[in-house]
Amino acid sequence: MLTIIVTGLLFLMFGKPLLQSLDVFLIQPLTNDNGLAELGVKAAPLILIGVGIALASRANIWNIGAEGQYIVGAICGGGLALAMPNTPALVLYPMMLVAGVLGGMAYGGIVALLRVQFNANEILTSLMLNYVAQLLLIYLVSGPWRDPKGFGFPQTAIFSPNAAAPVLVEGTRLHLGVVFALVVAVIGWLVLSHTILGFQLRVQGSAPRAARFAGFSDKKLVWLAMLVSGGLAGLAGLFEVSGPIGQLTTTISPGYGYTAIIVAFLGRLHPLGVVLAGLLLALSYLGGESAQIELALPSAVTGIFQGVLLFFLLACDALILYRIRGADVGRFAGLKARFVSPKVAPL
Amino acid sequence: MIVLLTNIMLSVIVTSTPLLLAATGELVVEKAGVLNLGVEGMMLVGAICGFAVALKTGSPTIGVLGGMIGGALFSLLFSVLALSFLAAQVPAGLVLTIFGSGLSALIGAAYVGISIERLPHLAIPGLSDIPIIGPILFGEDILVYISFVAVVGVSLVLRYTHVGLVLRAVGDSADAGHALGYDVIGIRYLATLFGGAMAGLAGAYMSLAYNTSWSENMTAGRGWIALALVVFSTWRPFWLIAGAYLFGSIMYMSFFLQGFGIAIPSQFVSALPYIATVVVLVIISSNKARIRMSAPACLGKPFHATS
Amino acid sequence: MMNRRAFNTLLGGTAAAVGSGLVTSAEAAVPKVAFVYLGPVGDFGWTYQHEVGRQEVVKHFGDKVSTSFIENVPESADAERVIAALAAKGNQLIFTTSFGYMNPTLKVATQKPKTFFEHCAGYKHADNLGTYNVRFYEGRYIQGVIAGKMSKTGVIGYIGSIPIPEVVMGMNATLLGMRSVNPNAKMKFVFINSWYDPGKEGDACKALLDQGCDIITQHTDSPAALQVCEQRGLKAFGEATDMIKFASKTQLTSPVNNWGPYYVKRVQALLDGTWKTDDIWGGLDADMLVMAPYRNMPDDVMALAKSTEADIKAGKILPFNGGMKDQSGAQKGTAGKSLDDGQLASMNWLVEGIEGKLPS
Repeated sequence: MLTIIVTGLLFLMFGKPLLQSLDVFLIQPLTNDNGLAELGVKAAPLILIGVGIALASRANIWNIGAEGQYIVGAICGGGLALAMPNTPALVLYPMMLVAGVLGGMAYGGIVALLRVQFNANEILTSLMLNYVAQLLLIYLVSGPWRDPKGFGFPQTAIFSPNAAAPVLVEGTRLHLGVVFALVVAVIGWLVLSHTILGFQLRVQGSAPRAARFAGFSDKKLVWLAMLVSGGLAGLAGLFEVSGPIGQLTTTISPGYGYTAIIVAFLGRLHPLGVVLAGLLLALSYLGGESAQIELALPSAVTGIFQGVLLFFLLACDALILYRIRGADVGRFAGLKARFVSPKVAPL
Repeated sequence: MIVLLTNIMLSVIVTSTPLLLAATGELVVEKAGVLNLGVEGMMLVGAICGFAVALKTGSPTIGVLGGMIGGALFSLLFSVLALSFLAAQVPAGLVLTIFGSGLSALIGAAYVGISIERLPHLAIPGLSDIPIIGPILFGEDILVYISFVAVVGVSLVLRYTHVGLVLRAVGDSADAGHALGYDVIGIRYLATLFGGAMAGLAGAYMSLAYNTSWSENMTAGRGWIALALVVFSTWRPFWLIAGAYLFGSIMYMSFFLQGFGIAIPSQFVSALPYIATVVVLVIISSNKARIRMSAPACLGKPFHATS
Repeated sequence: MMNRRAFNTLLGGTAAAVGSGLVTSAEAAVPKVAFVYLGPVGDFGWTYQHEVGRQEVVKHFGDKVSTSFIENVPESADAERVIAALAAKGNQLIFTTSFGYMNPTLKVATQKPKTFFEHCAGYKHADNLGTYNVRFYEGRYIQGVIAGKMSKTGVIGYIGSIPIPEVVMGMNATLLGMRSVNPNAKMKFVFINSWYDPGKEGDACKALLDQGCDIITQHTDSPAALQVCEQRGLKAFGEATDMIKFASKTQLTSPVNNWGPYYVKRVQALLDGTWKTDDIWGGLDADMLVMAPYRNMPDDVMALAKSTEADIKAGKILPFNGGMKDQSGAQKGTAGKSLDDGQLASMNWLVEGIEGKLPS
């Protein structure tokens, strides 16, 4: 709500009528042709990655490397699509899905390995590996994998139809990945709230000492968190290149891996919350474009909207918790630790 | 050959200085037990504030101050979230980066396409004219010297002064610090403010010396490298210098080698600093005794006085 | 190698009468034209020049058309959504101004046969999708001539973005121009893998200067290199726009991408109902490329630059006049005959005198 007010003020600052601006920013993108489908397409990678990050963050594992895992997933799956374009779709596409997931898992696994074996902080290693993945992608598409008929431009050949993500609604870009995103979110929620594993993740996050006393394996959880979040990021990358993009280029991600961190926190690290948050952020992109077309506002408005949104969310959380603390400290202490301040593992 | 070496040195200094400035600030922040991932955003805000002030006042030197103040004020946003409101530090830092790039772009829109005078080089008659040593040692701009002074200063303060002791105490055990009667949150606020000012300084260096114009997203990831550097140095100030210059050299050399026609795909060279950081991180982290000695034990943990 | 025209025909089929049936019912009001930009309009380079072109359209047509633009559109899955949204909002002519928009533009063009699209710098066409680009290499040849006269070391430094034919063409044209006045001239180059990164451009410029280049030209969009040269008291060329205010003592000239007249022409065609797909590659003679005023050079060099410009315009100088040798010494093209557009558009070799290999 506050965000809408501040954003509204921003619009006023630019001398735009308030209601019309909000209409353009928040409503119009949805009512357009294919608006909902586009929202889903934009939100799908954010949700897939966001759910993974949310699960990992619950266990105090900070995966900043989803961007890299997304790219590696796209490279692995995309490489398969390029290598065997004539394989029937029913065989090829599932293989690509697996390759994408495995690629992301492997890349996330490096981080887990370094953390478990060498105690290396996962925030920093995963962050560094993002750059390495991006450079690897640029190398591949401008070197060995470059489309031989592409006049030297740094992109691969367009994938064969066999390697295309199935489109669900004819005439839109709504692809299989959108469904996967929702399914993954539901599974994530079930795992978190109804299984021992989820319990372990939560305990590890809110009370690491208690987790240790309970005999939960810290190492196992690190592995699990990184493999799951990495695999989901890889899956997101695979869907993106096999769906809306249809080839590998140097710019397959406009920073999804980072935006998804915001999505995860905006969604309170709850898989279903992540779905809502993913949709909301996706809407802010669409709205930002719509505002540029209709109101000639600069594109920086999108970034500011997102910043303000998260700022207020984090701030409100704290304020609400303060109030709760006054009333009933004991009951909500764990809640506070879980939602507001998962501790960073010692470096 | 001599000219070549001098020029390479001069170029590397310019590449390394913003890294060193920002990393020194972040080191102090982390020593106080706070992990602020918003360095990139603070640098951008510093870059545009510095540029705008320099343009309005006509003085790049005052612009530098403007950048510092801009970066420091902007870091308050993080402090409010992460220190007062106890939000998790990682997303709070990311907010700073995302918000900072949007905000700087918005402010900066009016300043695109304008060029200003570079931050002046020092010119000491006689000394600056000595071959090689002259321009390198005595012909830099003021921020280069500040970057070294800051490292030495931070090192001395951390090691020998009461302030440094308190800061480290707060970073190693916030509860103990609190028990001793120190204002943990206040100290962390100050440390973060210092980090913001240094990041702002680094940003101002980007827009007033590295380049002499403003352009959107001009820091291009250097804030993140600064974060890596702090770890690379294992939180020891003097190692920051080695790290920053190593990174700066690699960044510069990847172009230099290309110009010589050395046929390594440039992406591999560009990836080197990042891989090196991971390797160093692994080496230092695997030695638990060593990391315990230098890493602030409370890094990233929010603190709330319960009593 | 298929030449450009043949390629077009293959992909585009015949450009049949699409012009009719354009104006639909109530929408008859004011035709809408939209532009999709890769960078911020404030990049003062590539995107900025397109924006200048758009403003010329606004100035020329006033109320007769309405224009809009979207900036900072990544060349990812977002591009298609943006282009489709623009088409859905009733824009009748959409200019997509970066190579990476090629496939998204084609996809949307297929879905919206009634909307016209023009894609800058690509090679795919359809009945309602044309392409346009500038013969940048003509300007670079002139730069080479100036550099050949001005350089003391005879070595020019070239800051490249990515090794695509467009850029390779520019490098070759520059050295050929340089060698036309200094047969021993050489070139060193650096690719920064980006079109716009002031920090890297500055670093690359320094690396080249440190290796003995004493004049710099670039195929990247920021004025960083000019500023470095200004600090070192050396000369350099701008890119895409007149960058003189960044480096008043340094910039010799700058090739200016002049999209305005082209955009005006195409919008006029839209209004007249005569728009049809095309493959435009215009240079100095079409005014799509303009040289910024020649500055910071002696009069004789300026005169030579001007006469070179006039000769290229008149077709008397063909920058890629055959008979040149590549790095291995092999003959390219036939003497006295220009390479054809197909050969240019697929250029992946460097002429003799350029040091360093293209990344494979």
